[in-house]
Amino acid sequence: MHPAYSVIIFTTASGAGYGLLIWLGLLGPLGWVPQTSAFGFVGLGLALLLITVGLLSSTAHLGHPERAWRALTQWRTSWLSREGVAAIATYVPAGLFGIGWVFLERTDGLFALMGVLAAALAIVTLICTGMIYASLPTIRAWHQPFVVPVYIALALATGALLLTFLLLLFGVVTTWAPCLSIITVATAWGLKTASWAHVDTAERTYTIEKATGLGRFGKVRPLEPPHTQPNYVMREMGYQIGRKHAQKLRRIALLCAFLVPGLLSLLMLLAGQIFGLLLAILAVISAAIGVLVERWLFFAEAEHVSMLYYGREAA
Amino acid sequence: MTALPETTAKKLGLVIDLDTCVGCQACATSCKEWNTGGYSAPLTDQDPYGADPHGAWLNRVHSYEVGDGTSSRTVHFPRSCLHCETPACVTVCPTGASYKRAEDGIVLVNPDTCIGCKLCSWACPYGAREYDYADGVMKKCTLCVDRIYNETLSPEDRIPACVRACPTGARHFGDLGDPTSAVSRLVAERGGFDLLPETGFKPVNKYLPPRPRSTGAEASAQMSGAKADAGDNGSLASRFFAWADKVLSR
Repeated sequence: MHPAYSVIIFTTASGAGYGLLIWLGLLGPLGWVPQTSAFGFVGLGLALLLITVGLLSSTAHLGHPERAWRALTQWRTSWLSREGVAAIATYVPAGLFGIGWVFLERTDGLFALMGVLAAALAIVTLICTGMIYASLPTIRAWHQPFVVPVYIALALATGALLLTFLLLLFGVVTTWAPCLSIITVATAWGLKTASWAHVDTAERTYTIEKATGLGRFGKVRPLEPPHTQPNYVMREMGYQIGRKHAQKLRRIALLCAFLVPGLLSLLMLLAGQIFGLLLAILAVISAAIGVLVERWLFFAEAEHVSMLYYGREAA
Repeated sequence: MTALPETTAKKLGLVIDLDTCVGCQACATSCKEWNTGGYSAPLTDQDPYGADPHGAWLNRVHSYEVGDGTSSRTVHFPRSCLHCETPACVTVCPTGASYKRAEDGIVLVNPDTCIGCKLCSWACPYGAREYDYADGVMKKCTLCVDRIYNETLSPEDRIPACVRACPTGARHFGDLGDPTSAVSRLVAERGGFDLLPETGFKPVNKYLPPRPRSTGAEASAQMSGAKADAGDNGSLASRFFAWADKVLSR
């Protein structure tokens, strides 16, 4: 599948934003993070900024971005529509939670409820994002049980890394925050590794013989293509990446998204505020690069059934 | 509305005969010609006179080589929207631009509300939908909805442009929901099949398989039989009768 940069940036930025929102929505009311107006403003501001930048970026791949509002209407059947509705609905409790925290320095009572509700809706949005892909039986690499958990796990991991960075920025040195990063990064690593293993070993059930229905006459080989230059279907669905590059990029994704942030978080347990902050910044940058590569591969490695008509042997 | 109708009064669709299709591309070009001025107008092309010409077409004709050795054959394979009974391309649409008509089962895209997110094309296993890069919306076969009910056309033209253009009669149009229709009888008679039935989208369009091919031995036996019958003297007429005998005895 053709990797649309706007969608890759959207899922990476908004994913981290939703992850941070979930942690703030849950840990704010618990009093684990500073209850000051400044921390609320910077923390929730960063989360909502990332979410908003991502959502706006996602409209860049549309043929008619000015009609994007129409995508909110078909939530009964469409996961993409549900994602849009959930994403916008999340702003309401997140905004009220923010008003309480920033202007009243309160995260208890009704505001606590708003925080939990914002976290819940953020999870719903992430599930919808994953389901857009996981609900497509035409793409084997996406139509599998690990896609949704990986989207959620990566959001929680990048959100935890951002939270750790924010705490250190505000001079709060904790043990639990780097530990939260390590646990969530390790979980995401486990799920992503399992997801890749699943894709690599799953049976390729569709063949060119099945697609054409001509298998009863023997092996099917393309003789003449219908057009001389790649058409939309080939450009969008036929994007191919060399196996060699895919393996190399997978290693880069593993290194940047999981190994480096995990090790840096371990070091943060030993470091003070200034050195810890430096490590946290590096961990966030590394994770961002790693997740961008992972998302790019998510598209580039995915094979579409329609390519069978163009001579791909199995999908 | 992207929720599917529970049933459709008719199941209009195409029956494509892979035995008689000669891969001439007349259906594809006729489709492009009609539809670039029809319901989904325009069907734009990019870089048409340059190094990388491509554009939105609603019908594509592949040619495959099938089988090996003496039993191998060339099969020309037109591919377009199959107007599925339960199409995922419709239900994934976030805007309701993609819809299936309750009255005749035709799957259409409303070009005025499509946002060009391309998700429907991801959902289609048949590669039937093509994005129009200049128009910014998805294009697909309309089953010539602007011809089949068009009373300003003469009755023989009220069929899809591809069916009208086919010089070998390899394309048939009709109601596949009516078991007594000509197309339904043709499907029953010739063992018409669905493409990728395992996806569960229940395509309406059917494909007729190539007829069994006679082997070299059978053909020569038929020919020698025909020679004896026709009192072959090697003349053009006797060779014609031998050929006619072979075709008629299929």
